[in-house]
Amino acid sequence: MADIESHDYDVIVIGAGGAGLRAAIEARSHGLRTAVLCKSLFGKAHTVMAEGGIAAAMGNVNSGDNWQVHFRDTMRGGKFLNNWRMAELHATEAPQRVWELETYGALFDRTADGRISQRNFGGHEYPRLAHVGDRTGLELIRTLQQKVVSLQQADHAEHGDYEAGLRVFAEFTVTDLLLDGGRVAGTVGYWRESGRFVRLRAPAVVLATGGIGKSFKVTSNSWEYTGDGHALALRAGARLINMEFVQFHPTGMVWPPSVKGILVTESVRGDGGVLRDAAGRRFMFDYIPEVFKDSYADTPDEADRWYSDPDNNRRPPELLPRDEVARAINNEVKEGRGTPHGGVYLDVASRLSAEEIMRRLPSMHHQFKELADVDITSERMEVGPTCHYVMGGVEVDPDTAASSVPGLFAAGEVAGGMHGSNRLGGNSLSDLLVFGRRAGAGAAEYIAALGGEHPEVSEAAVTDAVNSALAPFEVTDTRGQENPYSLHAELQQVMNRLVGIIRDGAEMCSALEQLAEIRQRAARLAVPEGNRQFNPGWHLALDLRNMLAVSECVASAALRRTESRGGHTRDDHPSMNPKWRGTLLGCELRDGSVEVTEHPQPPMREDLMRLFSPEELGKYFTEEELAVVRTPS
Amino acid sequence: MEGTVEMGYRARLRVWRGDADSGELRDYEVDAEEGEVVLDLLHRLQATQCPDLAVRWNCKAGKCGSCSAEVNGRPRLTCMTRMSLFGEEETITVTPMRTFPVIKDLVCDVSYNYVKAREVPAFSPPGGLEPGEYRMHQRDVERSQEFRKCIECFLCQDTCHVIRDHSENKESFSGPRFLMRVAELEMHPLDSHEEKGGNRPEEARGDHGLGFCNITKCCTEVCPEHIGITDNALIPLKERLADQRYDPLGRLFRRKNR
Ligand SMILES: Cc1cc2nc3c(=O)[nH]c(=O)nc-3n(C[C@H](O)[C@H](O)[C@H](O)COP(=O)(O)OP(=O)(O)OC[C@H]3O[C@@H](n4cnc5c(N)ncnc54)[C@H](O)[C@@H]3O)c2cc1C
Ligand code: SF4
Ligand code: SF4
Ligand code: FES
Repeated sequence: MADIESHDYDVIVIGAGGAGLRAAIEARSHGLRTAVLCKSLFGKAHTVMAEGGIAAAMGNVNSGDNWQVHFRDTMRGGKFLNNWRMAELHATEAPQRVWELETYGALFDRTADGRISQRNFGGHEYPRLAHVGDRTGLELIRTLQQKVVSLQQADHAEHGDYEAGLRVFAEFTVTDLLLDGGRVAGTVGYWRESGRFVRLRAPAVVLATGGIGKSFKVTSNSWEYTGDGHALALRAGARLINMEFVQFHPTGMVWPPSVKGILVTESVRGDGGVLRDAAGRRFMFDYIPEVFKDSYADTPDEADRWYSDPDNNRRPPELLPRDEVARAINNEVKEGRGTPHGGVYLDVASRLSAEEIMRRLPSMHHQFKELADVDITSERMEVGPTCHYVMGGVEVDPDTAASSVPGLFAAGEVAGGMHGSNRLGGNSLSDLLVFGRRAGAGAAEYIAALGGEHPEVSEAAVTDAVNSALAPFEVTDTRGQENPYSLHAELQQVMNRLVGIIRDGAEMCSALEQLAEIRQRAARLAVPEGNRQFNPGWHLALDLRNMLAVSECVASAALRRTESRGGHTRDDHPSMNPKWRGTLLGCELRDGSVEVTEHPQPPMREDLMRLFSPEELGKYFTEEELAVVRTPS
Repeated sequence: MEGTVEMGYRARLRVWRGDADSGELRDYEVDAEEGEVVLDLLHRLQATQCPDLAVRWNCKAGKCGSCSAEVNGRPRLTCMTRMSLFGEEETITVTPMRTFPVIKDLVCDVSYNYVKAREVPAFSPPGGLEPGEYRMHQRDVERSQEFRKCIECFLCQDTCHVIRDHSENKESFSGPRFLMRVAELEMHPLDSHEEKGGNRPEEARGDHGLGFCNITKCCTEVCPEHIGITDNALIPLKERLADQRYDPLGRLFRRKNR
């Protein structure tokens, strides 16, 4: 492999979404030569699709907001399974990260006094989401992209080369991480355009590859979400945590079939939209769980008053955390009160004037008009749950985003812990910036400590990586060949049916058997046609290896956790168990198969515990854990 | 699914297949179902007949600008082009964007755009304001916000006659997308490029070829975000340029009072 294209960098960032770009900006600002690698064109990462907003307790709309309130909401949303240190760093640093975007040129919607406007969202006590209409992700990614350009312009002015300090490798897929004695040494990947392989050496790699939703049939996620970073980390020896927690967003489109799963932003409900069954009844009042009774209105009157007088009324139950709303919709449909296409109605037309809808939700209006022939200013939308986000990911040190593998960092959706068992809307975009920055800084610190002594790349490992990526071209015996498109469709069916929104032990056992069978057949995955030049069939064959590994993690961990919590609901274990709150499930690879192990959750710092009332904590924590707050400080 | 009437038919697609060296239009018949868009059919072609058919896409909802191509000769997002626009008997021709070199099938080399993006001087933050101290009014940010709706599908670039069949002009012309980027920054209430010696309208003329644009509005017509590229970005930029050439001192004064 001596003749393969090669590059040397200080830091390699895999992923050009919010997390990856923020990490790269940070690494470059520490004077490190940085490469950003991404599967799509620059500016097309999943982050571009985010709609509703970015959560940060700036207090611009309600001055009662502060980091403590945001921290509390985040922990409640995640049913206290969150890594509390991550939730603390996130809540305290998110405002600075948002303000910083303005210095890069971002233009958020404004309040009357010229500050950044903030909107209501599920699970957030105050209006907290900075936004630009319903295209916030586009603003975020474009702003970061333009900041990258501005750093490149500075390098050009100084060195005559735009790419001297920061280079983007677009349409480039990483297939393997390279290690040297357990430490990160670089990566191998290929240009999608030509299928040619590249070896990149670097002592530090930041994973910022996003999620895994493409393993499910009904999903809001794009082709990129094949869990590559999760799988790369597993294969490098890192541990994934919380993989049983997958978020099903309550409102995806259900009709027509070709758009099933495409997201309908939560801002529709944040701005006043309500959910109704086929008969027009507003059903969410029937689904307020015990732990949330104190903060959610139990009558439509009170709920409606809340929009204008939030201090004296409780919130509408449509704004419960996503897991609650998704389960409620699922149940309405199951009990026969759904719409003709198997969803429920989301009604904003009767709640806001057409003008307001056009101003606040322009891209939703466009989406329904163009794709479903529905005018949301006068008609109801049909919606149902869709696989949206994975809470599980690489276990990291909260402060530095370092994984257990030296030199390997992870930030954004690919990292685990921050959101516990369920993520609140808007908390991802802020997560990307807070921990993207920390990962870039963490990598810089790690490299400084190496003091110039860099790991070596083994030629044999590069050759192995290339050969294994080319394996689908070698399966030439047409008997028994597997087609990547059909195998992918089967995998999606299994995950959707058996490891979906409502789970059951027996079904998950069956899912694991079917996954094992699919995995065997995957060894015979072939490239049905064409050569290495931009060949989607080959690309999918490679992505499938990752989807399979990650699906096994999800199913195995979900089978092990015998309780229901957040994004993990079991029919056979319907209640939440405080004993399980203190336990995290880790997934690791042992001799090629997934092993699930239990790990104690580090106890929450006392001052953070005291931000909650003992009564509230009593709903989640065991008596032993509560001892620290039972005694007055 | 209850209550659903399946209304499938065999659609006729003519798709450009090939690479930088050679290629041809090939005819296919593929199933179409109710509500589908052109991209759905391209995906079905991949899954059933041509597994190596190269197409770009991400969001499938008109938000990322990846799936651009020409459908019956018109620049469009394939994910937002409903099959119901066409008759069931009609043959629908899908070809790659003509202005950019083909890589394979419907995927073309759009690096021209990224090169041009890099040549527009970035936002220059105002001196004396810390993060968190920026104050801007909604009415003052609305214009630039309109331009920031751009999803970089490059359809406007594809359609603009200045470069569509004149690649020799690519060197000196950045295209509507990036002239609009200049306008966006020029109208940003807090950009301090000028205080640092820059002059965005002048740069639009000198570095990005504003003068090539003869305001035909073809770019505006194809923009899937319905951005008023010509009326709101290009013409005002030309006007500011004319103003400041006529009255160079007035400009600074006007900017301050905007
Ligand atoms: C429709 C939709 C709406 C949403 N709305 C909101 C919202 O309003 N607020 C909010 O907070 N969150 C929202 N989310 C969630 C949020 O957008 C995502 O969680 C977040 O953008 C993920 O960012 P990221 O940086 O981790 O990854 P991404 O932005 O997904 O980027 C991943 C990057 O990794 C690259 N990559 C992956 N694998 C490889 C590989 N093998 N080799 C090379 N590169 C690779 C990809 O090409 C891509 O560049 C929404 C999600 C969706 C789907
Ligand atoms: S208006 Fe100008 S930029 Fe737009 S297509 Fe016509 S010439 Fe090109
Ligand atoms: S201005 Fe419109 S047509 Fe041009 S790239 Fe942007 S979104 Fe596409
Ligand atoms: S796939 Fe994103 S715009 Fe068409």
